[in-house]
Amino acid sequence: MNYEIVIGLEVHLQLNTKSKVFCGCSTDFGSAPNTQACPVCLGFPGSLPVLNRRALELGAKVSIALNCQIAEKIRFDRKNYFYPDLPKDYQISQFDQPLAQHGILNIITGEAEKNIRIRRVHLEEDTGKLFHQKDSSLIDFNRCGIPLLEIVSEPDINSPEEAYLYLTALKSILEYLDVSDCNMEEASLRCDANISLRKKTDKGLGTKTEIKNMNSFKGVKAALEYETKRQMDLLKDGKRIIQETLLYNTEKGVTEPMRSKEEAHDYRYFPEPDLAPFNFEKSFLKAIEKDMPELPEPKKNRFIKDYQLSGYDAGIIVSDKNTADYFEKCVALYSNPKTIANWLIGDISRYMKDNNVSIKNLNLKESYLSGLLRMIDNGVITGKVAKTLLIEIIQTGKDPEKLVKEKGLEQISDANLLEAAASQVIAENSKSAEDFKNGKDNAIMFLVGKVMQKTKGRANPNKINEMLREKLKGVK
Amino acid sequence: MAINRDTVKYTANLARIELSDKELEHFTGQLDRILAYVDKLNTLNVANLEPTSHVLDMKNVYRDDVVKKSLPVADVIKNAPSKENNLFKVPKIIET
Amino acid sequence: MELNALTAHELIDLLSKKDISPIDICNSIISKIEKQEKSLNALAHFDKEKALERCKNLKESVNKGGLWGIPIFIKDNISVKDELTTCSSKILKGFKPPYNATVIEKLIDIGAVLMGKTNMDEFAFGSSTETSCYGPTRNPWDLERIPGGSSGGSAAAVSADEAIFALGSDTGGSIRQPASLSGVVGLKPTYGRVSRYGLIAFASSLDQIGPITKDVEDAAILLKAISGHDEMDSTSADMPVSDYVSNVKKGIKGLKIGIPKEYFIEGVDKEVKDSIKLAIEELEKLGAVCEDTSLPHTEYAVSVYYLVATAEASSNLARFDGVQYGLRAENITSIIDMYKKTRKEGFGDEAKRRIILGTFALSSGYYDAYYSKALKVRTLIKMDFDSAFEKFDAIVTPTSPTAAFKIGEKISDPLTMYLSDIFTISANLAGIPGISIPCGFTKNNLPIGLQILGKPFDEETILKIAWNYEQNTEWHKRKPMNSHII
Repeated sequence: MNYEIVIGLEVHLQLNTKSKVFCGCSTDFGSAPNTQACPVCLGFPGSLPVLNRRALELGAKVSIALNCQIAEKIRFDRKNYFYPDLPKDYQISQFDQPLAQHGILNIITGEAEKNIRIRRVHLEEDTGKLFHQKDSSLIDFNRCGIPLLEIVSEPDINSPEEAYLYLTALKSILEYLDVSDCNMEEASLRCDANISLRKKTDKGLGTKTEIKNMNSFKGVKAALEYETKRQMDLLKDGKRIIQETLLYNTEKGVTEPMRSKEEAHDYRYFPEPDLAPFNFEKSFLKAIEKDMPELPEPKKNRFIKDYQLSGYDAGIIVSDKNTADYFEKCVALYSNPKTIANWLIGDISRYMKDNNVSIKNLNLKESYLSGLLRMIDNGVITGKVAKTLLIEIIQTGKDPEKLVKEKGLEQISDANLLEAAASQVIAENSKSAEDFKNGKDNAIMFLVGKVMQKTKGRANPNKINEMLREKLKGVK
Repeated sequence: MAINRDTVKYTANLARIELSDKELEHFTGQLDRILAYVDKLNTLNVANLEPTSHVLDMKNVYRDDVVKKSLPVADVIKNAPSKENNLFKVPKIIET
Repeated sequence: MELNALTAHELIDLLSKKDISPIDICNSIISKIEKQEKSLNALAHFDKEKALERCKNLKESVNKGGLWGIPIFIKDNISVKDELTTCSSKILKGFKPPYNATVIEKLIDIGAVLMGKTNMDEFAFGSSTETSCYGPTRNPWDLERIPGGSSGGSAAAVSADEAIFALGSDTGGSIRQPASLSGVVGLKPTYGRVSRYGLIAFASSLDQIGPITKDVEDAAILLKAISGHDEMDSTSADMPVSDYVSNVKKGIKGLKIGIPKEYFIEGVDKEVKDSIKLAIEELEKLGAVCEDTSLPHTEYAVSVYYLVATAEASSNLARFDGVQYGLRAENITSIIDMYKKTRKEGFGDEAKRRIILGTFALSSGYYDAYYSKALKVRTLIKMDFDSAFEKFDAIVTPTSPTAAFKIGEKISDPLTMYLSDIFTISANLAGIPGISIPCGFTKNNLPIGLQILGKPFDEETILKIAWNYEQNTEWHKRKPMNSHII
């Protein structure tokens, strides 16, 4: 039977304001327990919240980037439930007048593009952090009151892979906006998923489960893959899906029902009487719009147009803001963008992957990369040498021109030297030379390789190729 | 009847208040009387009215994003019924 | 006369002439308290050594401000740093806030001396001060009777000269009604006039802190001292605060006063009605123009109030859960068990009743029928006042339909108790200011109060009317002469 996977994602994002959303406590990560708390974020009796304007601005920024309609009037509501990490036993959140609604996030699945609709974006306060011990739990309220932006997608996501792409695309935008650290390990970005299956012929949605406790994008994908299979197996056996909340067990790679019995929620939302409603004035939004950076999609289009990059290359480069910035800095120094793109996507990104560094931490000055490329163009070094040299520049942080001189890596332009090397190679590899003469054109490549070896890559392979062909013709 | 025993029980649970059977009985009767009185609101047509949740016509009250001094941690936890290493301590919560 | 029996403005005069010292006032109050507090039970927390120490620590020149050396009592729901602040509830047993309410900061800044905390209905839930975990406060005019509530401790202490003046809080009449029943002056400011920061919330959209005093001039002084915009309270209004003390001493000739017929209905004591009528005549003599008017939705106020106020309270009081402060039940098996047992043990009957009622009004399936509808009818009540104030400068009514009732008389019947707030609730729902001043006595020598309601942020006009009335009557000068307490 053919099933369609239906996934909706709920992302909670800590906004990187300096102070908390309703009080002046610092939002720094990693301070000693309960040192960033005051009567307001501790919910002490009599304390009152006052909205941090910056939190609202950052929320509006994200909403604009996600193509949402920003509400003219927003209001805060109380979401009432008892939990020890929630000092007031209600969370100041937004219910029926959220910050923004009806947005769209574009993802690229293989060759195709797909729009995932955003249902709503709203602002709320984060809770404290619980630590569980053998017989008790401990609470640190440092995190409590940090502004959280909740971004809820429509159930438009149809595979775990798409969920992964959605999160990556979202993270990319958020990084461009510089509104959050987006770090799932430090919980500055959290994601819950709703997933259900339905027969392709069905119109309604199947029974869904909610998955929590995933701590990386890959974890989200893995959890959804596991849950897809679990639900699929149940349905194939003619069993029913139970609507429940599941926790993802990262170690075992499985989803498990929460052990604590969850009660039906009745959050009793009502307008927060301690906060005034907020009306977005045109000037407020205009100032935010003015402050918006160029986002990945427009940047991609610009790169294609201005730098003649392929859509694929441009897409890869803009997916990370720092890479895109790096790229443009290089373009300013070196006039062939396509070459820079090739190096960025090829050798440089390979190096970063192998060594687990990001472009931000990569020890490669833009001027060194452009210097390196220029040396190839000017025939100072060969492309092959450049590849090895790249690693060396990164590892030593040295100027490529100095390195080339120090190590004597300049391309051999002395024709006599090359002739000698070519002759020697032909003499040493008579079998291949014969093969070539007998019409096996490929054999030339082997001989070129041998010459390159002999010259430690410092010969120009095209010239060698030519030279070898000449020579082999001559001794016919 | 506006409210019955089961609803009072459900509501008390939502409010995390344990009630004895006697209290439950007692409160059900009293709340029923109060809700019966409150029923007079139903004689009014409120269809076209805006709810008044804030009596002042206030809007756009906010502060700048400036860090202020937090409480000394000793003050944060000094009233705590149970604590450990500057953290509040509660019975073990089962999440997983 | 003893110093404790004087008003703040009289004491300010004496202090400025250096005839007396703050310690003299403090001692006079302490001796009065020692004499009669046992029978009155007006105070929740009082430590005479601390009070004296604060007096001694007053810096003559540095802190000399408007209330320098004047002692003040604070209702037990207003946070005072490192002092017991318990809302007269067992659930806040031992709680000492780590911060001062804004009003407390303001009072300290101008040299007032904090004496202690006054008794109140638990979390301000009540009209009689009978629901306090410290036992009921008694009415100085008749110890068998209640002093009104919920600020009954403040009203009784001022009435019985245990206090010069005091702060109360008013959510549905909790300043004005006890002022009326105890024969003193009580003023509820416009919502937003006084910062709520540090006032332990009952119903956030209705609560206001206000003065309870022996005369109108003191009310003006104390209102001035605590009013003003506070950036810690988003609902605090950025409105100018006028110089009430000098401005109220102007005539009221030509002021238009509305008399709403809905406040003279069946169920209002004849003695109360008669006193109010005489008071209205007095105001006319002083040049005010009094005319009948109507506030047609008055009869819905109690219903609206008991849904809106309890709904907000159910949320505001959720935090009393045994985690961070106050009571935590013993022998608990789980976190939920801890919540339920702590709240069972910590809250009294009325608190439980209101929390459950408010939770119900907000719960799924009932929100529209109860809470949302109540907020809409609240709009009607506010509109009643809006249109009345197009025509009138103030509205005059009885503060309470009856004089003080007996202890125990209404406590077992919540609805009857709720209905005793019928004339004070509307002002909170509409956010307008109101003052209650003594305007007569029943034949049993129980005080009767006159309520004057004003336009939003126009405390000046109602104070002016009250002051003019007071200047021409003697009611406020009467003292309870109860043999038990003297």
